[in-house]
Amino acid sequence: MRAVASGDTTEVQALVQHPMDSGFIKDAKGNLIPPHYIEVMEFQHAGKTVFTAFWGPAVAKDPYVKFSFKGAQKGDDLTISWVDNKGQSDSLAGKIQ
Amino acid sequence: MSEQASAQRDRPGETRRTVIQGALAGGLAGLGLAGTAPLSRARAAADAGKWPKDAFSEKTEAAAINALYGKTAEASDKVSLDAPEIAENGAVVPISVSTTLPDVTSIAIIVSENPFPLAANYQIPAGTSAMVANRLKMAKTSKVIALVQSGGKVFSASKEVKVTVGGCGG
Repeated sequence: MRAVASGDTTEVQALVQHPMDSGFIKDAKGNLIPPHYIEVMEFQHAGKTVFTAFWGPAVAKDPYVKFSFKGAQKGDDLTISWVDNKGQSDSLAGKIQ
Repeated sequence: MSEQASAQRDRPGETRRTVIQGALAGGLAGLGLAGTAPLSRARAAADAGKWPKDAFSEKTEAAAINALYGKTAEASDKVSLDAPEIAENGAVVPISVSTTLPDVTSIAIIVSENPFPLAANYQIPAGTSAMVANRLKMAKTSKVIALVQSGGKVFSASKEVKVTVGGCGG
């Protein structure tokens, strides 16, 4: 994640490692790889959700997203949490630069 | 290992896929993202219950738009959709959407010819810019539609993107 504050606006770029399997691709043996993709990813600053992504299987592998929000300062925490269609989840925090 | 990290690791059903930082610095370098912030474990949890399953399950663009908003979208030159004319690799197509419309609450992107046309839907709370960039998979040449919810109405912009090699699954 890279979150950079410039004035009142913070630009966030996040890249998450995830297969984002669509369910339409076959493996080397000809079997369909079951769908496995992130459904919800939330970004929170100071206890407030500043951006929510709802994703389907058409989001590319190792998904990337960029957005901007107001009200944060350098040194603040920005938290990313996600959950996928198999119920796996993760949550991480980084500092705004 | 901190106590918090330890607790996280012991929780069943969780993976330790990490938001790319050190381990995948190559990927970030490829994007030109120098100086990524170090990350630590956090307790926040994304709410899977909010995922709009019906809209993501629809097989046509019209049904997906209806499932999302309960209304049709109106074409607007105030919605800007940035996508390549030709995508050589359908597995990774960079697409961004922005708008000058006021009071934007969500931005969605539809790839009409994909098996499930709705690709992504972003919630934009007050204080967040009406702009998003992401990378999508395209099964084949298709119309791409950007949808912006603004002031209770839905506005759209669309563009045909030619796909050389389909990438439904990456």
